[in-house]
Amino acid sequence: MTEFAGSQYLIEIIYLIASALFILSLKWMSSPATARHGILAGEIGMVLAIAGTLLHHGIVDYKWIIIALVLGSGIGVPLGMVQMTAVPQRTALSHAFGALCVTLVGTAEFYLRTPNVPKFMMSVLSMEVILGGLTFTGSLMAAGKLQEILPQRPITYKGQNLVNLLLFLVAVGSSVYLVLHPEAKIFFPIIVGVSLIFGILLVIPIGGADMPTVISLLNSYAGLSAAAMGFVLNSKLLIIAGALDGSSGLILSIIMSKAMNRSFTNVLFGAFGQVQASAAAGQEAKPVRSATPEEAAAILSAANKVVIVPGYGMAVAQAQHKVRELYDMLTKKGVDVRFAIHPVAGRMPGHMNVLLAEADIPYDRLIEMEEINGDFPQTDVALIIGANDVTNPAARTDQSSPIFGMPILDVDKAHTVMVIKRGMSPGFAGIDNPLYYLDRTLMLFGDAKQFVGGIVRELGGGH
Amino acid sequence: MGSNLIDALFVFMLAAFIGFEVIRHVSPLLHTPLMSLTNALDAIAVVGAIVLVGEKKSTFATVLGVIAIVAATSNVVGGFLITDRMLRMFKTSRPTKP
Repeated sequence: MTEFAGSQYLIEIIYLIASALFILSLKWMSSPATARHGILAGEIGMVLAIAGTLLHHGIVDYKWIIIALVLGSGIGVPLGMVQMTAVPQRTALSHAFGALCVTLVGTAEFYLRTPNVPKFMMSVLSMEVILGGLTFTGSLMAAGKLQEILPQRPITYKGQNLVNLLLFLVAVGSSVYLVLHPEAKIFFPIIVGVSLIFGILLVIPIGGADMPTVISLLNSYAGLSAAAMGFVLNSKLLIIAGALDGSSGLILSIIMSKAMNRSFTNVLFGAFGQVQASAAAGQEAKPVRSATPEEAAAILSAANKVVIVPGYGMAVAQAQHKVRELYDMLTKKGVDVRFAIHPVAGRMPGHMNVLLAEADIPYDRLIEMEEINGDFPQTDVALIIGANDVTNPAARTDQSSPIFGMPILDVDKAHTVMVIKRGMSPGFAGIDNPLYYLDRTLMLFGDAKQFVGGIVRELGGGH
Repeated sequence: MGSNLIDALFVFMLAAFIGFEVIRHVSPLLHTPLMSLTNALDAIAVVGAIVLVGEKKSTFATVLGVIAIVAATSNVVGGFLITDRMLRMFKTSRPTKP
């Protein structure tokens, strides 16, 4: 089995180098200063690996390989050029593509090898197509929700968890049967089909606010399915790349669920949807104070320290460039402006950082939650742009709140709080935010982009 | 075959640990580019699809393999491209401040 043909040694050495480059690539991602070397290392590794594979002695026909490579590159370029606000759905879509590749190869391998599939091979092959299948459709659903082709709110029905559990058991049960009876070919399409349906049903009940966790989890599954494919093909390169991707996704999922104070099972089995209905019902009209762009501009220019808290609303309104103008204007007036980034602000890990970096805001002004929370009592103005739940003080104080215990940005400790918001409707999670009724809070009603633009005009005219 | 399997499990275990250690140190600032980069690297699955198509063992396998190559290659190209675009945007503030 390990009798290598001549060129096989060369290929394995190339794969070894590619694996090392992949690890370096991720290592260099740890800081913005070296991150671009990381891409280069990854690219060289990838080109080497593909070139090495083309030397494979078993390859008899290159025509379709070349056509497919060219076609894939042609699709990849526009996918790499999407707007920064569309990055979450692009990421979900690429998880789907990765999983599709793995599932298709797994399916082809099964039909080439059946009925002589050893037990271990069949187990990893099942794992490959189950993870690949559910990641494929699940990621498509996530991309659809993020692109707003599908409704972003959780879709729930009675007995949902039971249905999901049953489907999962059918997939696992069929796999076990197939491992024991490899000649029962009919079970293979059942495994694939059930996994595809399972992926859809798994993501349907998940709301937009949970997307950062779900995208990370799907990232992890995509990696694990690729690693399983590595076991099937006995390719160490694939096992390594898959394991790296799998652990990366897992770490991000853990960070995301911690930032929401929720367990994986809680995110996946959609308890959030039900709680909200009752939370939204108990609302009454309470008085709030509102302000105009002129008043907001006057307060901001009188401040020494301002912290801006961006959220998904800023991304939706495409307000990041106006926010940069505000940042420039205030900085010129000698105001210290920083940005507070909650780990789950937006729709994927690090979403806000990318948008603000796109608007040319220096990254040393973007401060993480743990680091900036101690500074709010000395902050003159906390300006919240399109963020809601991550600023909700009920998470600290109200044990009955569905988000109780979730770490939040302590904006309510700033001297003045200003909230740019379209209206008083409760946020995405449907939970009322007591922050809005505080004496120190001013509500700035309007579209984030227009309102920030209004403040910028006032600050400019004030010279 | 048995020793191959054990070797593969060892490789998986070690790579997973390396992944955890390396990625734990990635700044939250870069979590989005990290995800698009791992996505591009994960598309190394394309090598499996290339062999599948090249060996031409059955029409069925070749068709699935071609689709798989297209899907994975678009991840490779798109993933590296967007990660690079994102990272180029990350700038630090000028060293001298008034």
